[in-house]
Amino acid sequence: MLVIESLSRRFGEKKAVNDVSLSVAPGGFVGVIGRSGAGKSTLLRMINRLQEPSGGRILYEGRDITALRGQALRDWRADCAMIFQQFNLVGRLDVLTNVLMGRLNKTSAAQSLLRLWSPEDRAMALSALEQFDIGNLAAQRAESLSGGQQQRVAICRALVQEPKLILADEPIASLDPRNTKIVMDALRRINRHFGITVLCNLHSLDLARSYCDRLVGMAAGRVVFDDVPEKLTEHVARELYGLEAGEVMESGDHAVSAGLKPAPVAA
Amino acid sequence: MTARHPAGRQLFGYGMSSSLPTLPDAQLAPLLEAYKCARAAKLRQTALFFVALTLAVIVSAKVAEIDLFKLGANIGSFFNYFSRLFVFDSGDLQGRSVLLDIGEWYWGFRKWLRLLGDTLLIAYVGTFIGALGAFLICFSGARNLSPNPWVRGVAKRALEFFRTVPEIVFALIFVIAFGLGPIPGVLALSLHTFGALGKQFLEVVENIDMRPVEGATACGASWVDSIRFAVVPQVLSNFVSYTLLRFEINVRGASVMGFVGAGGIGQDLIEAIRKFYYTDVSAILLMIIATVMIVDIATAHVRHRLIGLEEAR
Ligand SMILES: Nc1ncnc2c1ncn2[C@@H]1O[C@H](COP(=O)(O)OP(=O)(O)OP(=O)(O)O)[C@@H](O)[C@H]1O
Ligand SMILES: [Mg+2]
Repeated sequence: MLVIESLSRRFGEKKAVNDVSLSVAPGGFVGVIGRSGAGKSTLLRMINRLQEPSGGRILYEGRDITALRGQALRDWRADCAMIFQQFNLVGRLDVLTNVLMGRLNKTSAAQSLLRLWSPEDRAMALSALEQFDIGNLAAQRAESLSGGQQQRVAICRALVQEPKLILADEPIASLDPRNTKIVMDALRRINRHFGITVLCNLHSLDLARSYCDRLVGMAAGRVVFDDVPEKLTEHVARELYGLEAGEVMESGDHAVSAGLKPAPVAA
Repeated sequence: MTARHPAGRQLFGYGMSSSLPTLPDAQLAPLLEAYKCARAAKLRQTALFFVALTLAVIVSAKVAEIDLFKLGANIGSFFNYFSRLFVFDSGDLQGRSVLLDIGEWYWGFRKWLRLLGDTLLIAYVGTFIGALGAFLICFSGARNLSPNPWVRGVAKRALEFFRTVPEIVFALIFVIAFGLGPIPGVLALSLHTFGALGKQFLEVVENIDMRPVEGATACGASWVDSIRFAVVPQVLSNFVSYTLLRFEINVRGASVMGFVGAGGIGQDLIEAIRKFYYTDVSAILLMIIATVMIVDIATAHVRHRLIGLEEAR
């Protein structure tokens, strides 16, 4: 159980995240939606502690995450894998090494400096890649891959961390519709298959509704909606997105039934 | 076509004819006027700059007691020295060109070659140690990687210090401390290289793409691990390139280390200069120049290969 208690983060005068409280049960697929600048990324990054909160607490199974330091903090980061919009792979390293970086936390310093990965770790990384049909790319430089392939590598890196939680910050925002579906399906598979909780920032309401079992709507740093997708009426969407709501909602219904639509971006 | 009227649109219009339409005079005149004013202002600035420069030269010559007339009168002896470098001043061929007896000119070839070898070795070891130190410290000095401003400040100031003190000064100090020989030369070059390369490395590190670093941090990698995996692959080719460049600079630096007794060819060169062995001076100088050129060509070749590899990736 992930519990967030009146979490806040300010940048100067601006409150990027303002008094947010949430609790996320294990195994859920939670979508975080809201217009640009609503504070979605900041919220996710604070959970991984890539960004320090300026107030409030994060608890995981009763343990205070916001107080962690040193090795304990790194262990927590390994427990909540992060997936980024820009993939954040090391372009000059090969795909397998990029995936194996997910094992760094569990590898001794001397071994990792010499890149002496254990056979089990290698097997794990290759299996993860093969599961997403990119096992044959293991020896290629990450930067030579397409965006969709790179994001799958990033998902594999997240998987080999054996995380309890996956935080995905707009994982499909730089992908085309076909790769969007591949990546979102991969996240869903991880969620269903391994029971890993997924928290996913999304710009597209259509996608959010077809993949998530719970939606958290943010506006100006606050949570303004928190319920199952079916409850997201046009009225709520208008509150979330302001004038753009019409555009965002348009074609929403058959998008859900078709499973996928090119993401209308609420920028 | 209505060339003159909506001038702005016509200028870049799609169906433009072959001659470029001009603006009406009324619109053109102020633009031309503004351009002329701006040009005139620039010219005035340039003229002012040269006047100031000339004045500064005259004033500084006065202050430093440089007599320009004396310089002119004695310029002859400067060239005289150079012509004497290539003429034997004793023996059978006294007063004749050195080219007539290369063997006699390069009588000390084996010894000088060995000393040049020492010089290269001093430069090599000095560069290696300095680069190693620079590599180890540059990450702690980089703004984007080192969170602690104190650590950063100390690293930067240390590099500044070692970069500012000329290597020959370090050599003098170490000769006093360790005695004559190549060790002080190596130490002096290492320290200066440490400062100079450290600064360059640090700037390379500050310009990396931070996203891979964030990716590594987010999956629980330690600071050292994230540098090993997310930073080093990005900076390594630049580091090697800067180090090769520094090696070439250090070969030149090492050849004067002997001036203060810190090993290498410089010892024989300064002796030849002091004792007016003109032909020895020219013989040694030419060997140093040839060596530097060879090193320059070789390192440039390797560096271009590296850059080529970078671009071909
Ligand atoms: N490092 C930072 N420094 C200053 N301000 C920041 C920083 N990061 C975020 N902000 C501000 O905080 C607010 C919330 O940003 P955040 O990135 O969380 O929004 P978001 O919901 O993820 O938006 P988007 O959909 O565009 O990614 C924005 O107004 C942003 O300008
Ligand atoms: Mg964002």
